[in-house]
Amino acid sequence: MNLELFIPELSLLACAIAVILLDLFIQRKGLLAVVGIAGLVVSAGFTLAMWGGSSQAIFNNMLAVDNFALFFKLLFLGIAALVILASVDYVSKFTRFQGEYYALVLLAALGMMLMAATAELISIYIALELTSISLYVLVGFLKDQKSSEASLKYLLLGAIASAVLLYGMALVFGFTGKTQLGEIAQVIQAMSLSGILSSPGLILGIVLLIAGFGFKIAAVPFQMWVPDVYEGAPTPITAYLSVASKAAGFAIILRVFYSAFGLPQWLSLDWGLIFAVLAVIGMTLGNIAALPQTNIKRMLGYSSIAQAGYLMVGLAAMGASPATDALGRSTILFFLAGYAFANLGAFIAIIAISNKVNSDIINDYSGMGKRAPLLALALTLCLISLIGMPPAAGFMAKFYIFSGAVQHGLLWLVVIAVINSVISAYYYLRVVKVMWLGEPASEEKVLSSGALRIALSISCLGVLLLGVIPGFVMKLAELAAKMFKF
Amino acid sequence: MSFNYLSTIIFLPVAGAILIAFIPGLSDRVIKRIAAIFTLIPLGLALFLFCNFDSSLGAGIIQFEEKLLWIPAINAYYHLGVDGLSLPLIVLTAFLGFMVVLISWKINLRVREYFAWLLLLETSILGVFCSLDLLLFFIFWEIEVIPMYFLISIWGTGRKEYSAIKYVIYTLFGSAMMLAGIISLYFTTGSLSMVEIAQTGIASFTAVIPVVAIFFLLLIGFAVKLPVVPLHTWLPDAHTDAPTAGSVMLAGALIKMGGYGMIRICVSIFPETAKAYAPILLTLAVISVLYGAALTLRQTDLKRLIAYSSVSHMGFVLLGVFALGQVSLTGAALQMVSHGVITGLLFAMAGLVIHNVEERDLKKLGGLARQMPVIAIVFSIAGLGALGLPTTSGFAAEFLVFVGSFSSTVVSGIQVYTILAVLGVVLAAGYILWMLQRTFYGPVLEQYNGVKDANTMEKVYMFAFVALIMLIGIYPAILTDIIKLGISPIVGLLGG
Repeated sequence: MNLELFIPELSLLACAIAVILLDLFIQRKGLLAVVGIAGLVVSAGFTLAMWGGSSQAIFNNMLAVDNFALFFKLLFLGIAALVILASVDYVSKFTRFQGEYYALVLLAALGMMLMAATAELISIYIALELTSISLYVLVGFLKDQKSSEASLKYLLLGAIASAVLLYGMALVFGFTGKTQLGEIAQVIQAMSLSGILSSPGLILGIVLLIAGFGFKIAAVPFQMWVPDVYEGAPTPITAYLSVASKAAGFAIILRVFYSAFGLPQWLSLDWGLIFAVLAVIGMTLGNIAALPQTNIKRMLGYSSIAQAGYLMVGLAAMGASPATDALGRSTILFFLAGYAFANLGAFIAIIAISNKVNSDIINDYSGMGKRAPLLALALTLCLISLIGMPPAAGFMAKFYIFSGAVQHGLLWLVVIAVINSVISAYYYLRVVKVMWLGEPASEEKVLSSGALRIALSISCLGVLLLGVIPGFVMKLAELAAKMFKF
Repeated sequence: MSFNYLSTIIFLPVAGAILIAFIPGLSDRVIKRIAAIFTLIPLGLALFLFCNFDSSLGAGIIQFEEKLLWIPAINAYYHLGVDGLSLPLIVLTAFLGFMVVLISWKINLRVREYFAWLLLLETSILGVFCSLDLLLFFIFWEIEVIPMYFLISIWGTGRKEYSAIKYVIYTLFGSAMMLAGIISLYFTTGSLSMVEIAQTGIASFTAVIPVVAIFFLLLIGFAVKLPVVPLHTWLPDAHTDAPTAGSVMLAGALIKMGGYGMIRICVSIFPETAKAYAPILLTLAVISVLYGAALTLRQTDLKRLIAYSSVSHMGFVLLGVFALGQVSLTGAALQMVSHGVITGLLFAMAGLVIHNVEERDLKKLGGLARQMPVIAIVFSIAGLGALGLPTTSGFAAEFLVFVGSFSSTVVSGIQVYTILAVLGVVLAAGYILWMLQRTFYGPVLEQYNGVKDANTMEKVYMFAFVALIMLIGIYPAILTDIIKLGISPIVGLLGG
């Protein structure tokens, strides 16, 4: 038992419990946010201390502690901290349950950290459910009609997705007799070609796994929940869903498909092709559906479907590349980091603006360039990053992920992806246009709180840094992508 | 090189933009002065580089080079440098960058944002001409879109929002193709350095996809920008609806990025492919020249007429580039500089006329030579430059293009293309003279009696433009001697 390798998770759990307990005694609920962020920082510190060490496994090879997991853990901790910062104002409007809100954000982060680390089917399922159940509750936190509807929809569809996933796991287990990813890989590699082909149940299991995980990352055709849930959920939770939950989904897909189904090569080519097709459908559908949207949260919902499409270009490249080549994987990690900053920044700006105008309708953002120039500038930067234009992180991310795809002969996919980026420019720029060109509805300035300003500055700084000097994070992503325990 | 001249030139304007954007409480006058200072210094430095460019080092030498490892993971460098091809364009951009600040002196709507975007625009164009790394080149290429979008859609006229988004979508489409091309090129050669790839030769690598495909992916990006018919339809809208300074930057410097990219990347890196597909591109060049000129003839909007004439004149650039001869390429590069100055002046003058008279319909203008003599004279000089009158830079450039193309030995049948394209000059005489006549000559109209002529500041920048047009027209060797140094290694690759 190497319990010291589990300290980041344990400390975060302790922090979540502390938040719930403190909630009973503390009148100034703002302190809970401080405690939550402190817990995240401590946990991040422990995680950082393990970086660079050799890959290890704990609990009978159930959890891997490798650079890959650590990279994602840091990402989730950072995202959770920004989400809490962005929530302070939003949550202070609640009359009850503020403590529970912060605790659930922390527990969801814990679930995602486990998702990044698990290397065993059953613990994957448990980590996934820990995340999902926390998020189901958070989505319904506003308790108005839209929020409750969103929560119910998310719960029902999520439950179906979990069932599909579980069925897929059962099939994989049935044909391999193992639940540990490394052992599954050994069994599959030992099977002859005809052996695999004569067991269609195994292939079906793999496809069902893709479907189950596809729900988490909002891949088409499992995206139906996205617009409604994004619109109805409290905005900080929408940001959390769109960034962290998606990243966790990709973390788990990367580990499962690289570790368990990475070899033989023809198998990875097959699932690579599935991801390529899903990428094309996701990008195209997400972007086209985003065009007519009038609600900015819905629009970003569809945009996140499209972004998942770009990310799946990376998965397709990973499927097409030999297992020894880390480029395909590292591009996904880098893209997720860049996307996290840009999307969080966009949502934080939206929170700040809608605090004042009380609306998520794009046309109500009219004249924001005059009423809140810095907020509008920050939102513009984040949207430019989502389009994928320099000097923002989104450009480097796309350049990197597309170059991985071209290297493995997927130029056709890249051409479709870049054309999709052009389509997406239209709806992102519409928001920019309304903010800078529209007449302000009133002369009143839109002011934002300190917490929001800090969170927004961090996001924008991240977007610019990753866009202008991406070398450092690329290096980290590369190291992370190379270091798999299983 | 101890002092990083190029970085200073590129980033001074953006430093000015940041100052303007983030220092609270600046008055409009101060903002304009800051903008002027932060564009004047780069102009001075660019002229300094021009004077200190060492021609004795021989052809193909990159000077004032700066090279830093930037993104190790993809072997990308922060690599700047100039040779004979890019230096004149850098001077041109720095010149126009300063001029547009003067041209914009009367702007009083959202001054802070306006000058911030204008300065950012200049940085991006300068960056394109200085970059020797493909990724860096692409980044500067893309940054330009956002300032231009704002300049057109906020300070423009007419259907400005439509024109602005059309411009963005066209440009992004082109650069999306270019990005795919750059990535393929990177994986074919393992390098992002333009110089290195051109020197090694694409033929010595196994391409990830057919070389022709990479060539055309890149070419589409440049062709949208130049523009080449049938990808030109963004240009009249954007030029017409942009504010005066935006039109000057667009026509003067921005579209030159297309021609520059063609020479620097398409021709230098893919000499064989360029040779093989030259007939197709020459056909497009002739179509651009003649079709553009024909469209120009039937315009009745002052700015739209000048805008369409750019399509025709950029056709000459395309002709010169894909005639692939030493003289024709030199001519194409000179034509880019010359067109930048001449059309910049035309747009500046058209802007002045429209601002002072508040009328842009050629049918309703007339007889203005009496009311605004200075503008009439300068407008006429620019017009004569555009139709290629000797002693103006337009003559020198077009003459070189035609002589060079006609005598080029690389492409067979080039003479036919050249003769057809020369007809464009005849048409140019038609539309330019018609425009001048409709605007300035004919009976004096009563209602324009009170209009103002140019003020002192306007006379200053007019003089600068005219002096430059005449200087290049009378002594073109001041540029061609330097351009040749950049062109001859490329011609060497072509083996012609």
